[in-house]
Formats: sequence, structure tokens, C-alpha cells
Amino acid sequence: MSTAVMERSESLVMEENQTVKVQSQMEIKREEKASKITVKDLNLFYGEKQALYGVSLNIREKEVTALIGPSGCGKSTFLRTLNRMNDLIDGVKITGDIMIDRENVYKNNDVIKLRTKVGMVFQKPNLFPMSIYDNVAYGPRMQGIKNKKELNQIVEESLKGAAIWDEVKDRLKSSALGLSGGQQQRVCIARAIAMKPDVILMDEPTSALDPISTLKVEELITNMKKDYTIVIVTHNMQQAARISDKTAFFLNGEVVEFDDTDTIFSTPSDQRTEDYVTGRFG
Amino acid sequence: MSIQTNSVEIGKANKRKYFLEKVSSRVFLICALLSVISLLLIIGFVFYKGSHPFLVEGYSFIDFIFGTDWVPSEDKFGIFPMIVASIFATIGALIIGVPVGLFTAIFLAEIASKRLAKIISPAIQLLAGIPSVLYGVFGLAIIVPFLQNTFGLAKGQSLLAVILVLAIMMLPTIVTVAETAIRAVPNTYREGSLALGVSQIGTIFKVVVPAAKSGIMTAIVLGLGRAIGETMAVILVAGNSLIVPTSLTDSVRPLTTNIALEMGYAAGTHQEMLFATGIVLFSFILILNFVLAKISAKGGN
Repeated sequence: MSTAVMERSESLVMEENQTVKVQSQMEIKREEKASKITVKDLNLFYGEKQALYGVSLNIREKEVTALIGPSGCGKSTFLRTLNRMNDLIDGVKITGDIMIDRENVYKNNDVIKLRTKVGMVFQKPNLFPMSIYDNVAYGPRMQGIKNKKELNQIVEESLKGAAIWDEVKDRLKSSALGLSGGQQQRVCIARAIAMKPDVILMDEPTSALDPISTLKVEELITNMKKDYTIVIVTHNMQQAARISDKTAFFLNGEVVEFDDTDTIFSTPSDQRTEDYVTGRFG
Repeated sequence: MSIQTNSVEIGKANKRKYFLEKVSSRVFLICALLSVISLLLIIGFVFYKGSHPFLVEGYSFIDFIFGTDWVPSEDKFGIFPMIVASIFATIGALIIGVPVGLFTAIFLAEIASKRLAKIISPAIQLLAGIPSVLYGVFGLAIIVPFLQNTFGLAKGQSLLAVILVLAIMMLPTIVTVAETAIRAVPNTYREGSLALGVSQIGTIFKVVVPAAKSGIMTAIVLGLGRAIGETMAVILVAGNSLIVPTSLTDSVRPLTTNIALEMGYAAGTHQEMLFATGIVLFSFILILNFVLAKISAKGGN
């Protein structure tokens, strides 16, 4: 535990040094951020059917990376390879490498450790039928944390981190399912944060929400990126443009283009990307 | 003109259709009423016969329930030993049957591969279809001698034998109903838990089973109903002694067995007292059904 913390603080120091260096050479500031997730030649098969073709991406630390593309293009499938949620589906076969912090996700069999490090927020809020408190405390409790004070602190911090504390602090013991959809989704984010992950995956987290709740979640995501590496699948291109630093455009299981979000939405290099982001198809 | 005659003809054809419609709806209604009428007849008959000694002949109902002696020839009718035997046998069967049944259901719904589940599931359903007398024969041929040898008993027919047979008999009910309940838990709960780095077993016990709680309770109550009402298998392995059981190896006589054993030759008050035993048994089942209704109403919310 303590060595992990030390390692992390070390990498933070390194990063600080890098940013100092970077400030003198402003133009390549972004390039200096450490790569968090490296995906190389990833192929995925559902039985006989191939769903991902040679996907290679570099996802950087403490950035928001958006995955866009038409339905069925493989972006959700790709997202779910990052925390191995595809393992749950029978007959899924994967080739290629995914490295998170230089550790090969599919060579290391500690899925539990991977998923505590890589949290996930789903399309529809999927809180458990228990109280708000128990939902957020669920993960830490299952990690063996029993100390009440410690749990209280984790729950409070997580709910604050998900910008929902003020709305629910007086009703922590009431059922989480009584909250509105937008509130539930932010509690879902709090539940993910409670595990103190490095990476948070979001699978269309606002597609089931009304515009105001969507706005709140988007604000939250923007604030969260100082602490977490965020990968978000979205159908909403304005959303990708608003909140992400990098955007990957998926089509038929391939990454057509992966670049700075500004570039993708203003001067994409591939015709298909331009057609998609300008609304000509999809 | 031709239009008019035409419409009259259609009217005739429709009349027949409407008539048929009416008749068939009546037939359905009669079929549906048949079961309700049977229920009312059985209840009415049992209660009429069973309440006669208390209402007309002046027997005390309290003595009937709490009396420990059942000697019809001496006009002593106390069913307390049988009530205790029925309750002990049912609770014992639950203690064994519920965990085994629940774990089987969890295994089939959550852990087993589809291929394995396809072999085990039909086997369990077949278990439900075996005539109860065969369970009794099995108990008599296998379980009773086993207990006799293992515990050095004079007689292997005992409360423990009843419990074991009933536990096996309630398995199919518990497994099938609990499995359905567990399968009905939305997959998003499982994903939510697994994505937090919780193990599969942790997910099952902390999220899936609690979410299926009301269905699992229903499974338990249905299994309980099966155990308390079972007669044929129990007769063969119970030993049928008229004592209040104090140990698992005591020979017992549950309520159902009492009725089945003596109804063949009983007459007069003796026969009516057997009906009264039926009322007690019926009350247990009614209470169970009431509990079941409560549970499913809760689950509905």
C-alpha cells in the first residue's frame, strides 16, 4: 500500500518537473502528459463476429477522452475492454495489448484489482436497492473497510466529489432509488469515486438524463479531470466537444481518427470524420 | 333490394356467432367456478365435521390442542404431540432444505455454465414429479437403515428420517422458485457491483440475493407448505409413535399421518376428531398462504 502511494507521489513529482519544463516550451505542453492507457492492435471477437479491428490508442493521464461514433461502431465494446467487463459475456475473444500504467490488463489475472483502479459509470443509473449511504459505502466495505468513521469520511468525500453532497446529506439513510435520474447518476459517480480509482470509464452517462441533469454531470466531469483520467462514450457530439480534450472517432469497429477534440471538430483529416461530426450521417 | 337481403343473411350468420360466444363464455365460467366450489365444499365439509365435537358434543378445543394423550378408545383426543412433531419436522426440513435449495438456485442462475444448468435444471424438475410414496419407499429403504446403523437405534424411523425426506422433497420447489427470482434480478446490478472490483461471490451475496429477497422468501414459504402437508412419504419413515418428541431420534406422528392412519377405520367422534386435526392442519396452510400474500405484496412494491 505505502509503496504504491510513494510511487504515485513520485510520478506526481516527475509530472510537476515536466510541467515546469513544458512551460518554457508552451507549444508541446499536451504532449508531455504521461500516457495512462496504451492500447495496441486490439481485436475483439464475439464468437465468430469481429467487433473491434486493430484499435490503437494512447489515453493520457488526467484528460477527458471522448469516444464517438454511430451506434454499433464498437465504442462501448472498446470501453468495456478497459476494465474487462467484456469478460462477463460468453465467447468473447481478445487479441492485442492494453497497458494501464505499464501493466498488461489481459496478461494480469487480477480483475478485481483492475476494476478497483478503473471505475465505471453506466448508461442508466444502476444504484442498488439500498440507502444512498450503503450504495457509496458498498465498494469500500467489500474491500474490508469496517471502521465507521473511515466509511463516513469516504462517503462524504465521494458525494462531495460527485457534487451531490448538498442535495443528499440529509437523507443518506433513505433509499437511493427515490432520487431523480440525474441525482442517481451522480451518486453512481460517487460510488465509483469511493474506490479511489485512477481511471473512470463512462458509458453514455447522460443519455438517460434531462438537459439540466446532463449539464450538471458535464460540469462534474470537467471538474473531475484534475484527479482522474476519464474515458467517456457519448452519442452527443456537442457533449464531446464541450468536455473532452481528445476525441476518438469509431466506425465499424475501427478508430478512424484520434486527435485533439478541437481538431476533430474543426479540421478533421479524414473525410468520414468530417461527415460524421457535421451530421451528414450517423 | 339485394342489399337488404344480403344484410339479413349476415345478421343470421352473426346471430349464431354471438350465441356460440355466449355459450363458450359460460363454459369457461363454469370451469373456473368448479375449483372455487370444490374448495368451498372441502372447507365446509372439514369444518362441519371437525367442529361438531366441540360445538355439539361438548369437548374442549383447548384440551384437543394441548392434550398430550390420543387414545380414541378411552375418549381421549389430544393432538399436542402431533402438532409439535409437524412443527419440528417442518423446521428441521427447512434448516437443511433452505440452504441447499438456495445454494443450488444460486449455482444454476449465477455460476453454472449454460450446459451444466441444462442438465441439472431438468433433473431438479423431475424430482418434483416423483410420486411422494416413492420418496417414502426411498426413505424407508435407504435413510432409515442408515440412521439405524449410524446412531445404533432400535428403530430408524424417526423425526430425523422425516426431516431428511422432507428436505429432499422441498428442494425442487425452493430451487425452481428461487432460481426464477434470482434470474429476474436486473443485470445492471451485477455489472454495477462487479465494476467496483467486487468478486462474483461478493456480488451474489451482497447485491443479487438481497435484490431477489421477496422471491426467495416465497420459495421458502412454498417449500414449507409442501413439507407441512406431506403425508405419504412421512407415514413410511416417521414411526408414528404418539409422544412429544424430545430428540431427533424419537419416533413421531405428524398431523397428516394421524389422519391418514386412522381415517380408514374411525367412526363417530373419533372420525370427527380426525377432521378436527384436518382443521388444524388447514389453519397452518392458511397462515402460510397469508404470509405468502404479504410477501408478494411487499415484493410488488
